[in-house]
Amino acid sequence: MTRIVELRQGILKKNDELARGLRARYAAGGVLVLNLVSSPGTGKTAFLERTLRELKARGSRVAALVGDLETDNDARRLAASGAPVRQINTHGICHLDAEMIDRHLAGWEGVELGGLDYLFIENVGNLVCPSSYDLGEGIRVALLSVTEGEDKPLKYPTLFNSADAAVITKMDIAEPCGFDRDLALRNINEIRPGIRIFETSSKTGAGMDAWLAYLAEERTIKG
Amino acid sequence: MVFMHELSIVASVVESVTESLEAYPHARVVEVRLRVGALASVVVDSLEFCWGLATEGTPLEGSRLVVMTLPVVMHCAACAADVELEGVQSFRCPRCDEPCSDLRQGRELDIESFEIEDGAETENSAGEKIEDRA
Repeated sequence: MTRIVELRQGILKKNDELARGLRARYAAGGVLVLNLVSSPGTGKTAFLERTLRELKARGSRVAALVGDLETDNDARRLAASGAPVRQINTHGICHLDAEMIDRHLAGWEGVELGGLDYLFIENVGNLVCPSSYDLGEGIRVALLSVTEGEDKPLKYPTLFNSADAAVITKMDIAEPCGFDRDLALRNINEIRPGIRIFETSSKTGAGMDAWLAYLAEERTIKG
Repeated sequence: MVFMHELSIVASVVESVTESLEAYPHARVVEVRLRVGALASVVVDSLEFCWGLATEGTPLEGSRLVVMTLPVVMHCAACAADVELEGVQSFRCPRCDEPCSDLRQGRELDIESFEIEDGAETENSAGEKIEDRA
């Protein structure tokens, strides 16, 4: 005899439950958490370096968790900003999940969620897998560099559609790259109508003021 | 990399179904049905490819995986209606061409159900197998 057992549950139920718990902890601590997602080489680390430095200079309390398959190179780079930074090595796993965040928040010496204004999570460089895993973040940021091709949002609609903000990086070399700005903005808007878009250069600092103003605004709302 | 992603998703399915099977101690799993949204970032072929590997040595070994794909449904404010998108390349209402940002369906990644063959009939009171049914 065969029978059907209805389960009707999310495959990533465990991750989603953990993420809900994290979201409640972030809210209780009054910290705005951002999950930065992009391809490898977009310049997430450089963008985060600049963001951490500028926020610190403005007196904000910031910290970062940084995900990579291997090495702690990024954590060492980011630590130069003076902010507490902790590396998460996934050892082959292509995304961060809520359990990794939970585990790395525990026993992070000198870092309490309640003592932070902003916590940045730099995801593993990948435009596909991180979009399925909720980390409890308040804002998911999709980054795209001018060297990548204006159709990236169309190729990876899941990520861009689930993002709260989009950041275009390396704007200082847009011209020599032949970057078609209008087309890129149109493509992002086609996938995620009305999303906030920031055109930035981590090298020159262009666009950082608008980005930092957005963070402050969102922190008042969500933090 | 993508392969790793699907493998970990399939492993979560196996884990969840195995847990639910505790209520059916002699059952054999015949089929597992998933509902996957068009925006779930999951490649159905890769799920199927991983299935045999992930179920090996588990109570799900030998079972079939059936994946039902769900289209993206947006709520169009201009039409005051839920509308189904033909693809994931443009988030505009297919009726009025207005951009839509209110997603109602498409990110699902769910286990719908699983089908079991109840082994109880093939066992005697001592719990020994009488015979294997073909």
